Amino acid sequence: MFRLEKRPTPSKFWLYATPPVAVILTMIAGGILFAAMGKNPFEVIRTIFWDPVFGEFAFYLRGQLLVKAGPLILIAIGLALGFRAGIWNIGAEGQYIMGAIFGAAVGLAVFPTENRLIFPVMVIAGAFGGWLWAMIPAILKTRFNTNEILVSLMLVYVAETILAKASTGFLKNPEGMGFPGSRNFSSYPAAQNGFIYEPLGLHWGGVAALVTGVLAYILLTRHQAGFQIKLAGQAPRAARFHGVSPARLVVLCMGISGALAGLAGLFEVTGPAGQISIDFNTGYGFTAIIVAFLGRLNPLGIVLAGFLMALTYVGGEMASTNLGLPDAAIQVFQGMLLFFLLAVDVLTNYRFRLPFSVGAK
Amino acid sequence: MDLGGINPVILIATLMASAVPILLAALGETVVERAGVLNLGVEGMMVIGALGGFIVAVQTGSPVMGFIGGAVAGAVLSLIFAALTQVFLANQVATGLALTLFGLGVSSLGGQGYNGIKPPPTGQLLPDVLADLPVVGPILFGHDWVVYFSILMTAVLWWVLKSTRIGLIIRAVGESHEAAHALGYKVNRIRLMCIAFGGAMAGMGGAYVSLARVPQWVDGITAGAGWIALAIVVFASWKPWRVLIGAYLFGGITVLQLNLQVAGSIIPVEYLSMAPYLITILVLVIMSAGRKGKVNGAPAALGQNFHASR
Amino acid sequence: MKRRNLLASAAMGLMLASGAFAQGMDKVKACFVYVGPIGDGGWTFQHHDGAMQVQAAYGDKVEIQYQENVPEGADAERVLTQMALGGCNIIFTTSFGYMDPTNAVAAKFPDVKFEHATGFKRDHANVSTYNARFYEGRAVQGHIAGKMTKSNKIGYIASFPIPEVIMGINSYYLHAKKANPAVELSVVWAFTWFDPAKEADAAKALIDQGVDVIAAHTDSTAPLAEAAKTEGVIGFGQASDMAEYKDGPRVSSIIDNWGPYYVKRVGALLDGTYEQIDAWEGIAGGEVLIGEITDKVPADVKAEAEALRDAIAAGTYHPFTGPINKQDGSAWLAEGATAPDGDLLGMNFFVEGIVGDIPQ
Repeated sequence: MFRLEKRPTPSKFWLYATPPVAVILTMIAGGILFAAMGKNPFEVIRTIFWDPVFGEFAFYLRGQLLVKAGPLILIAIGLALGFRAGIWNIGAEGQYIMGAIFGAAVGLAVFPTENRLIFPVMVIAGAFGGWLWAMIPAILKTRFNTNEILVSLMLVYVAETILAKASTGFLKNPEGMGFPGSRNFSSYPAAQNGFIYEPLGLHWGGVAALVTGVLAYILLTRHQAGFQIKLAGQAPRAARFHGVSPARLVVLCMGISGALAGLAGLFEVTGPAGQISIDFNTGYGFTAIIVAFLGRLNPLGIVLAGFLMALTYVGGEMASTNLGLPDAAIQVFQGMLLFFLLAVDVLTNYRFRLPFSVGAK
Repeated sequence: MDLGGINPVILIATLMASAVPILLAALGETVVERAGVLNLGVEGMMVIGALGGFIVAVQTGSPVMGFIGGAVAGAVLSLIFAALTQVFLANQVATGLALTLFGLGVSSLGGQGYNGIKPPPTGQLLPDVLADLPVVGPILFGHDWVVYFSILMTAVLWWVLKSTRIGLIIRAVGESHEAAHALGYKVNRIRLMCIAFGGAMAGMGGAYVSLARVPQWVDGITAGAGWIALAIVVFASWKPWRVLIGAYLFGGITVLQLNLQVAGSIIPVEYLSMAPYLITILVLVIMSAGRKGKVNGAPAALGQNFHASR
Repeated sequence: MKRRNLLASAAMGLMLASGAFAQGMDKVKACFVYVGPIGDGGWTFQHHDGAMQVQAAYGDKVEIQYQENVPEGADAERVLTQMALGGCNIIFTTSFGYMDPTNAVAAKFPDVKFEHATGFKRDHANVSTYNARFYEGRAVQGHIAGKMTKSNKIGYIASFPIPEVIMGINSYYLHAKKANPAVELSVVWAFTWFDPAKEADAAKALIDQGVDVIAAHTDSTAPLAEAAKTEGVIGFGQASDMAEYKDGPRVSSIIDNWGPYYVKRVGALLDGTYEQIDAWEGIAGGEVLIGEITDKVPADVKAEAEALRDAIAAGTYHPFTGPINKQDGSAWLAEGATAPDGDLLGMNFFVEGIVGDIPQ
């Protein structure tokens, strides 16, 4: 068979060529799957990849891509900083929930006051909520050496219970006839995260995601803290000699990722979702982990990965509704796309060699 | 023997059964991680195992065959992960998460037509004479064979990892793949086998849900148990006996909180509902606090891919 | 503002293409939004069954579309918009959490009919709501439970503390108490709609503490499967008939039967008689079916339960008929008074006699 040989330097060509190759491979494999299910594979593939961007209803769906990608990007960038430093925040989902609850609570507390300052304060409260929730694993790690994977993951379930309590208790809409769920922010302009430019689906969350992408890129390439993060991940001992305090780095990275996840939650609850409800969280915190790695932990890559992920969701839904595909088939297809993206990536750093063409052993 | 309406004997007997899926999956993942591989796809392998086990058991009428089927299904799915991470050197975290997505989708597609069927029962292993003994009966003798199997596997893995050559090799690969490679071990092949083993264990854990705990097939039946299993591995500092303790602790608090609700506890329900997660964190904090500064037992090469450049 | 215009013009185009509504339609595209997978064997499964009944009733005259696993919130709004843009004439949104998205999208597509299950908001003329009086079924179950229990302890596995669930618990308890004054009810809150293993654990906890009749307001058959392991414990099917446990613990069931309503509404759209409504039907309308009562139940109890069912269906008996006090002893319904729908829909209290608090 073949063997892998490490390239002296990563291939520039494959760095950019792998995603399209992976998408094409997925189309072939997915096409076979869809054909096996008795659907026209070309129609399904076109519905998933083409229609949301260029199809009949693209004027609406294009905007939805950013709505869907925004929170993924925002969370993934925060996570990527931590992952680069070797800090494993798996609980962004919980931080997302807490950000939404904190932010919403501030807004609902002053309902129905109209004041321009309300929304900015809510944004700060949302970031604070996520930050606070992330600080629990961070402090436990630095003080007691407790593994952050377990703590952050377990806190997701705790946050879900608090969310249920908020929806049926302390944030319940007093005019909701006893039904669960908070007031809807769409009827509270001062606290609403409305669209800034609807055709692009741009709301403050999308702005935050894109700005954060650029800021994180600058941080990682130009700033001392970015250097420390990368160093801590690649060579922890060397980092220590450079005066990088591991504890400070944990607090910094967990704090940033928590605050960004909290922000994502706040923008979602005040905008697209509209209200706190029992099932408010839909797994963005976990999907963002995939997005972070698909983007190779690079902020700009994450932005692209977020859009690709969003495309498969939006297009997948279209295929499911219009062509009668089970939702599970779309999940399988998404899984395949991720597999191919991750597998083909090997070509960036390695090349395949057939055994007989290898000169020296 | 009653504590506010809760019988501790029954409680212990119940938690031993309810912890089995998490325990089996976490034991498998322990071996995987000891070999230096982080597979976050436990949930996907469990749910595929739950379906595979269910189908085989229904088709053959044999629950034992079902468990084997579940193990095979889990192992087969894990081979996708193994191929991607060991051959194509893909990122383990992302691949594992994608595996969960894929596994949930495949199981949902494959399970169509298996709703509303009862699988053959997995009954008590030992005769009633023993199981009816006071106190020790329900705890020691009243279970189905998988409960004993899960405890046996804990012991076996502890012994294998600690005292055998295979265990030494697995640990060597997980601590320093460069050194293990230099010693002549096939790092990727060993890891591949560990991954398949982990997949089989997760598959069996899933099969226990669909064949014994709930006996039925519905989409997403494992409902997040794989994530708890991952947390338990960390909780246990990658040691089999502590995996058992962790799984029993988590399962026990879950069962206890439900029992407290039935018994009309004064503690508000929502706090009871959070208790399994909070107490697991708390116990971990207490256990790790004493060893501040020391490494918490994570295999040094965990999550890093290996490529033999020479 | 811009998208609104775009959507409005798109909807206008569709309307022109499909002709005027009032005269009825030749062909209806009926669309369904599901919160879970069809394979959940419960809530979504039953809604899909209803959709299939529509297909069977009208054949070529309807086209069915559906989307599974739609999260409540932003995703629901997108799916609804896609469906409306894609030419759906009537869209059924089958979970409470779709309430605000349904109304938001309905505002943009005045010519598409929206039907929202279990909610109360009808902000626009094209939004109707529908629900089923499951508490009527709970009354029948409660009666059976009260008569059948030997330990005088009955249990209820509840999901979340919302009016729909509380209403069911109260109805179940009141009728169990009426049948057997010595009965005690234990409620376990699972804080999930669907987690089979946890539901089984909850059932086990109830059984371990002497409960011998279990009702569940969660979605899976796990509680029945757990009940099957202990001799003498019985339970009920929930949402679907769960007939596979007929030879075991399942003595009856509440079946969510959405078919008749869906058939009626799509039919109305076809023949042009469609109007906005707030439908809340129960046993009488066929939305709530009482699954076969098995032979485990003695003939006299079965006859009583069936008489109760028929009285509710005939409208001669309301499950919430006074005198009923709230848990704290304060009066709720006076002698002979029946509960107003508003009280039921927003129910956030237990009735007198139930022990334990509603988590709020």
